[in-house]
Amino acid sequence: MKRFLEKLGFGVAVLFLVSPAIMVFLWMLSLSLKNELDNTAFPPIFIPNPPVWDNFISVFQNNNFLLYTWNSIVVSFTATGLAILIGVPAGYGIAKMQANKAAMLILIARITPGLSYLIPLFLLFQWLGLTGTLTPIVITHLVITVPIVVWVMIGFFEGLPGELEEAALVDGATIWQAFRHVAFPLAMPGITVATILSFIFSWNNFIFAMVLAGRETRTLPVAVNNMLTFEQISWGPLAAAALMVTLPVLLLTLAAQKQIIAGLTAGGVKGG
Amino acid sequence: MSGNAATHSAPLAPAVATPRRRNYARRYWMFVVPAGVVVISVILFPWLFTLFMSTHEWKIGGGHHFVGLDNYKKLFTDERFLWSMVRTLYFTALAVIGPMVLGVAAALVFNRNFPLRGLARTIFILPMMATPVAVALVWTMMFHPQLGVLNWLLSQFGIPPSMWVYDAKTVIPTLVMVEIWHWTPLVMLITLGGLASLPQDPYEAAKIDGASPLQSFWHITLPLLAPFLVVALIIRTIDALKAFDTIYVITQGGPGTSSETINIFLYLQGFAYYNMGYASAVVVVFFTMIVGLASLLLWTRKRVKA
Repeated sequence: MKRFLEKLGFGVAVLFLVSPAIMVFLWMLSLSLKNELDNTAFPPIFIPNPPVWDNFISVFQNNNFLLYTWNSIVVSFTATGLAILIGVPAGYGIAKMQANKAAMLILIARITPGLSYLIPLFLLFQWLGLTGTLTPIVITHLVITVPIVVWVMIGFFEGLPGELEEAALVDGATIWQAFRHVAFPLAMPGITVATILSFIFSWNNFIFAMVLAGRETRTLPVAVNNMLTFEQISWGPLAAAALMVTLPVLLLTLAAQKQIIAGLTAGGVKGG
Repeated sequence: MSGNAATHSAPLAPAVATPRRRNYARRYWMFVVPAGVVVISVILFPWLFTLFMSTHEWKIGGGHHFVGLDNYKKLFTDERFLWSMVRTLYFTALAVIGPMVLGVAAALVFNRNFPLRGLARTIFILPMMATPVAVALVWTMMFHPQLGVLNWLLSQFGIPPSMWVYDAKTVIPTLVMVEIWHWTPLVMLITLGGLASLPQDPYEAAKIDGASPLQSFWHITLPLLAPFLVVALIIRTIDALKAFDTIYVITQGGPGTSSETINIFLYLQGFAYYNMGYASAVVVVFFTMIVGLASLLLWTRKRVKA
């Protein structure tokens, strides 16, 4: 009996922990599948009966949603790709040189509020005439993606035994060759983690695009926030848009949860 | 992946390389050059330029001139700024304690074996990965005083409805609730990493000596876990100080200025009023505050370790 009660209590604890997470997402889904009348009913209607797709259709009809999706894809992929290209060798170099000061610099980038980069960069982009293009948004997203990649890769390369590369060096390989053909292939799991995390935090980022984007260059989080300002009352389309913005990230998390957990426990990284 | 939180501190450890090895290691500088260029242009340059701007009266479209430390003097007599500082500290205190307590509790639960543990853990970390803006919009709808689902929930338990973010008294605790929802998983993950690294021997010894589970938690688990908890504490403090997305989307600092934290104040000064010089001074003070608090916690970490 005591064992049973213990088990029951434990089950309740698990339920208590998991339910806030699941409820918010389910409520988001529920709102997105109901018409306006049902959404503002009180007491609330939980299960859409029947589910309607009108909200999703209206999101695409009333907004440049496809354009904003494309913008988000371009920004996140470019910022992540560049960060991998730049950050993986940097992580390797820092790990090999045991350059603790360089690592500290990355840490400082991690603790600086995103807004503080924006004041000077905003002026700089104006001078350079880059406003109204996606370039400033990609460049500022590097502020998030490069430190994540470097930080994850330092940890990863420090965990690798250096013997294989040393053997390659003894055989007359240059350090670049040793990196490219020996260390790099071994680092694939670490690169996967870095790519996923950097993509997610770039996709989720709001503040850089909010300040820098014009009408045509908004990313999804900015576009969806603008919907709130102008369509305060229509909950259905708002929830539908919010769901579409965050769904790719949620699916990616479900698919790659092992890598994500490993990466986050290792570095405590987070963007923005 | 070397999946434990210990790697987090690795780059901070003092170098123990011999001189010869260091010489050899120096050749790797070229790997760091591209990243160095990026860091200098998008991180270091903005920093120096902000410092420069903070000594100027700098209006967008209105030219600029040197004013020395006037922006700073103005800042420390600006009541709106001083209140935003108080609010930030209030918000931070709650948004650190909440996730720390719940995150450690959650880690203890997820450290045990039970059916569907993997799935439950994945669901539990979803809030942390979800797009903050998207989730903030859903919370905004749930907070609606008349039609929101939260007040209906309260009524089911016989609790009178709350004004949530629409009242100056409840707005910050309500925003903290969203922050707790978002970031408890991160504390849980770091603590879980710590729990996985704990040795088993002390527990067996304690069991033989007849210690209760609570006693072994208090006298064995907590002290061994302390370094991990400090890491979580530092990360959480920094992130809570920097919180922006949810506050901006849900309240934009309102009602009135009752949820205007430093970050929101900074945003408004810079990008709503275009007082770039004044905003730069806010950045400098804000950053000093973050670094100060972070170093204080790092110092505690060293003491905990010793």
